Amino acid sequence: MSPPLDDLDALVRGPSPWLDGSGPKADIVVSTRVRLARNLRHVPFTHRARDEQLQGVMATVTGALQRAPSFSQGLLLKMTELGPVDRQVLVERHLVSHELGDGAKPRGIFIAPGERLSLMINEEDHLRLQAMASGIQPAEAWTAADHADDELGQSLDFAFSDEIGYLTSCPTNTGTGLRASVLIHLPALVLLQEIQKVLKSIMQVGLNVRGLYGEHSDVMGNLFQVSNQTTLGQSERDSIESLERVTRQVIETEERARERLVRDARIQTEDKVWRAYGILRYCRSIASQEVINLCSAVRLGVSMGLPGLCPLRVVNELLVLTQPAHLQRAHGGELTLAERNVYRAQLVRERLATAAREAGPAGNP
Amino acid sequence: MLCQICGKNPATVHFTEIHDNTMSEIHVCERCAQERGLQAPQAKQKFDIADLIAGMVDSVTSTEEERVGHVQCPRCGMLYSAFKETGRLGCAECYQAFQFQLRPLLRRIHGDTRHKGKSPARDGEGVSRSRQMQRLYDELQRAVEREEFERAAELRDEIQQLEKEDKATQTEKPR
Ligand SMILES: [Zn+2]
Ligand SMILES: [Zn+2]
Repeated sequence: MSPPLDDLDALVRGPSPWLDGSGPKADIVVSTRVRLARNLRHVPFTHRARDEQLQGVMATVTGALQRAPSFSQGLLLKMTELGPVDRQVLVERHLVSHELGDGAKPRGIFIAPGERLSLMINEEDHLRLQAMASGIQPAEAWTAADHADDELGQSLDFAFSDEIGYLTSCPTNTGTGLRASVLIHLPALVLLQEIQKVLKSIMQVGLNVRGLYGEHSDVMGNLFQVSNQTTLGQSERDSIESLERVTRQVIETEERARERLVRDARIQTEDKVWRAYGILRYCRSIASQEVINLCSAVRLGVSMGLPGLCPLRVVNELLVLTQPAHLQRAHGGELTLAERNVYRAQLVRERLATAAREAGPAGNP
Repeated sequence: MLCQICGKNPATVHFTEIHDNTMSEIHVCERCAQERGLQAPQAKQKFDIADLIAGMVDSVTSTEEERVGHVQCPRCGMLYSAFKETGRLGCAECYQAFQFQLRPLLRRIHGDTRHKGKSPARDGEGVSRSRQMQRLYDELQRAVEREEFERAAELRDEIQQLEKEDKATQTEKPR
């Protein structure tokens, strides 16, 4: 059981627990997310509501949260009371969306201990319930979200129609209001240039897939997000099951690609992994995007079972802790771009050195 | 081909006449057709229908569109035209106000217009049961279409069981 959350500091001290790499197939699927969109029946949707109506939503939802066991001992943060860095920290932790991160309106986030369950208030919809899990666990994440939703539904009157389900601000969410997604790491398929074919086949079965794009709109870190597309005419179970089924197929394809990579180009692959590790371990200035791309190679090496690399958990941590807002918060003040790159390199070196020490002499390559 | 009436002018009007169950084609010139009060139903009709459809489509899209654009949600005051611009509805009531426009849109987005997922917990047993019933009927229909008769029989039993339970609760607490 996770300890209660006292404040944002307690939250930021460590990485999100669902990034601990403990879930099934966590070496390929970083995380699973299930999101439910809900609105209060008698209040206009967020973008059309007045500020006092949104205050009302905050009060009503906060009251309901107190009666919901899933959320006991959590932490409520109001966007209007947070500085830009703290708001960005929440975005980097996937707890709030960019939209919620702007901080001008009466918006907030409630985070349950362990960060596995959270609730955005007054985002595009009044409520955006989110359940996170390590590795591929759509069914588990759905169950958690479903329970929390039922608990909230006991005291909140959700906008719902028998015919078309939950009524959401955008018609792409109408029905179940469910968006289930996995963040999946596909380096071998990218290296072997088979990724386009795989992405296309995912889209052909009605799922959505997109890369995590960086500043220059190239895919970063070989990471892709696969999610369900339709919310009407399909039950939550159907959506969850089809996401799981397709993801398992993609995992298998990636695993086969890795086998071929090891068989046909073992030295080149290992060289790539170790060079990436070397840069991370000894760099003196490094950009965020480079960390993400190098981490991708290290992650591949860890997954291949190369001895002497850091645990998966550390790779996941680096992805979050090296992002600009986390970095500035850890440093305790604003940093220029150049200062950030230096401080980031220091943080990465220290984390990897610690991991190597923890692993003992056997851990040294 | 010359006109079948005057035999002088070229036949430009063609139509089919049905008499005592026999069909005969008649080819006449324009003048004769007018004098005899004959109209070329085929040609004329074709022209008219095409025109009508074109005209109808035009008028439907422009005036209907305009009318539709002015449909307003009585609760939040959102205009349909504003929704079309932003892609965001104003409130739950908008779904009712714009239902005729939204239905084809939802079908385009999702390939379906009927909710098959959960319902709010507080709606109680009755609603979730009616949705469960709906789901079972849908599945039954699909099973029959696929000729999965064993599955269909199971579903039929489930539906009957549910109906029995429904009756039982209704007699327990009459409304
Ligand atoms: Zn004639
Ligand atoms: Zn409205």
